[in-house]
Amino acid sequence: MAERVLMKGNEAIAEAAIAAGCRHFFGYPITPQTEVAAYMSKRMPKIGGVYLQGESEVASINMVLGAGAAGARVMTSTSSPGISLMSEGISYIAGSDVPCLIINVQRGGPGLGGIQPSQADYCQATKATGHGDFHMLVFAPSTVQEMVDLVAGAFDLGDKYRMPAMVLSDGMLGQMMEPVALPEPKEVDNDSKPWAACGHQNKREHNVINSLYINPQELEDLVRERYKKYEKIKETEQRAEEYLADDADIIIVAFGASSRVSRSAVDKARKEGIKVGLIRPITLWPFPEKAIWKHAGHAKAFLSVEMNMGQMVDDIRLACRCTRPVEFYGRTGGIIPTPKEVYDEIVRLNGGVQR
Amino acid sequence: MTVKGERPHALLDVPLHYCPGCTHGIVHRLVAEAIDELGVEGKTVGVASVGCSVFTYNYFGCDMVQAPHGRAPAVATGIKRARPENVVFTYQGDGDLAAIGMGETVHAAARGENIVAIFINNAIYGMTGGQMAPTTLPGQVTQTTPYGRDVKTAGNPIRVCEMLSSLDGVALAQRVTVDCVKNVKAAKRAIKKAFEYQMAGKGYCIVEVVSTCPTNWGMAPKDAIQWLRDNMLPYYPLGVYKDIGEGEQ
Amino acid sequence: MTDLNILLAGFGGQGILFTGKVIAYAGMMEGKEVSWLPSYGPEMRGGTANCSVCLSDATIGSPLVTTPDVLVAMNLPSLEKFEKDVVPGGLIIVDSSIITKKVSRDDVKVVYLDASNIAEANGFKGAANMVILGRMFRETGFCSAENLDKGLQKSIPPKKAALIDSNRKAISLGMES
Repeated sequence: MAERVLMKGNEAIAEAAIAAGCRHFFGYPITPQTEVAAYMSKRMPKIGGVYLQGESEVASINMVLGAGAAGARVMTSTSSPGISLMSEGISYIAGSDVPCLIINVQRGGPGLGGIQPSQADYCQATKATGHGDFHMLVFAPSTVQEMVDLVAGAFDLGDKYRMPAMVLSDGMLGQMMEPVALPEPKEVDNDSKPWAACGHQNKREHNVINSLYINPQELEDLVRERYKKYEKIKETEQRAEEYLADDADIIIVAFGASSRVSRSAVDKARKEGIKVGLIRPITLWPFPEKAIWKHAGHAKAFLSVEMNMGQMVDDIRLACRCTRPVEFYGRTGGIIPTPKEVYDEIVRLNGGVQR
Repeated sequence: MTVKGERPHALLDVPLHYCPGCTHGIVHRLVAEAIDELGVEGKTVGVASVGCSVFTYNYFGCDMVQAPHGRAPAVATGIKRARPENVVFTYQGDGDLAAIGMGETVHAAARGENIVAIFINNAIYGMTGGQMAPTTLPGQVTQTTPYGRDVKTAGNPIRVCEMLSSLDGVALAQRVTVDCVKNVKAAKRAIKKAFEYQMAGKGYCIVEVVSTCPTNWGMAPKDAIQWLRDNMLPYYPLGVYKDIGEGEQ
Repeated sequence: MTDLNILLAGFGGQGILFTGKVIAYAGMMEGKEVSWLPSYGPEMRGGTANCSVCLSDATIGSPLVTTPDVLVAMNLPSLEKFEKDVVPGGLIIVDSSIITKKVSRDDVKVVYLDASNIAEANGFKGAANMVILGRMFRETGFCSAENLDKGLQKSIPPKKAALIDSNRKAISLGMES
């Protein structure tokens, strides 16, 4: 394994993208993700890549659409309000079957909100990023190392399924440093996409990258095809980490930053003899419903711990098919819950500590 | 029998959906001729915009990408930056380029983005049925200026070439029209020059084509051409607003 | 030592974040799990900066230190804000060159260190943070002396390598204080 270095999440994810063969970055500054762009602006010119600061998030995501349509491995990064601005472009990207990577280093909302860490874009990322019927692959790392590890896979799966992928990070993961081992750089063949609009060289019919279908039947057929693909992805790409879940009476479901806090709380509660475990979704779309359902038999209750007002609760309810109560504990507005708060919630659900 | 003219190769043999008398068809042909004459169809990527010209992706034989409304310059930027060897052009109407997409247009131009913008200015929104455009003339009646465009409330028209010509990144800003053979020929020369400039890496080129919209103007095609001469051209004078010539931006 | 949660706080420009980085790197060289989390945003512009560092033998949960074992306070607002959060039996290091107020608690160990003056008197103006680091090392022994030095070297980019020596000396001053 490569030597471990201390890196900020925002910088590590940028370097990981470069290692994954990304040579095209388009973005616009916004706290708390700006280090991604700054890092790219430093590195890309030295490796023959493209860094371009767009005049807005709106322009940046459309530059991503253009480069992606031309077959390049391309990415952008922003923070919550920026995703709102990009949502138009993301819808077009999904409707045009163009792969790309989008990083969201979440901050508090709605509106200008705040700049401290948040997970309040869960629903936006997993359900309604833009208009129309579509999904993105959504990955939720919980450590700087995992941010690095998920990037190449996110690019590859995006290419495989021809769809946008998002890494849903937050201000905490983006700003913090942890030891990280960077992957070996890999070469990516930008000419490997036969569908790309990059000039037909008079050797094939013209390629059209498009999301407009005036004939409703044609559009319905295409969307249905896409949803078949989504079903396949739901079947094969769900990922979650289970921690002390096998004998647990109470199972916390938490992703990203809040999963780290939850894990500390689980450890503390276990020391008190409380049978509590953790399921940490690594993919938020597809949601790891199999992992939830697997434990719905023995768990007495689920507890969703989030840095928002409970946006994931309904997904857990659906995944356990409403057979178990799904409780919620969260902080929002940019506040990270403490392990003590989560522990207290575990104790409350457990009906106190029985010794 | 001698063949006097043929469909350019870069224009596909499909029926165009444009209304009778609309000048889109002429401009399509001019773009396709330029692509043919420069022998670049195989490496050209066009960007369709939103408006009447949205279906250009079905008409040009080169690879095409369809952009969100107003975002064609950004999409073209992404293509060109990813594939500098490609020839990249946008085909945009006045609503797309000068209203919703003015930000993207100005910044692509300011960056000297090495792309060509074919800009159709017919002073009205065609696709949605005749609403006010940013280039609608003062006093002009449209569906959303039913008493004529009152500049006190609806604002003034934008002269795009004049405005963009002040930007350092612009290599060519020229306004043409296609109301007669002489002007069609001039338009063709401008479009071809814009493509040549891009291939020479000179920067952002815009060719504004003052056009008609007989349907939404509510006129017969012949009357529309006359209305263009009488009303559009005085407000939007033809000419070269910027041309860096042999120089570099 | 098992876990050590450290909170460093002061003005922007005092090297708070850098000090945290040296500690985190030293902990990493020691074979520990480490995390470093800065405050960020407008409060950093000329205001207060703070930085959470966690060192642990196990996976680190929350990297945000809300109940520090060690608090380093390099300005008064930081001391006033975080003094109450230190765990009983914990350690507070106060730069007494800057903060004249005394800690009001008696269930924590407090070190008043004339760090800024010591640094300046020895020709290392601006290196009070390193003097404090040296003292913190002496008080907690959070890593070996060798790994502390490695941590320092790792934290300074190659093109600024000339700064290693002065920082090293400032750390020694703290160790001997």
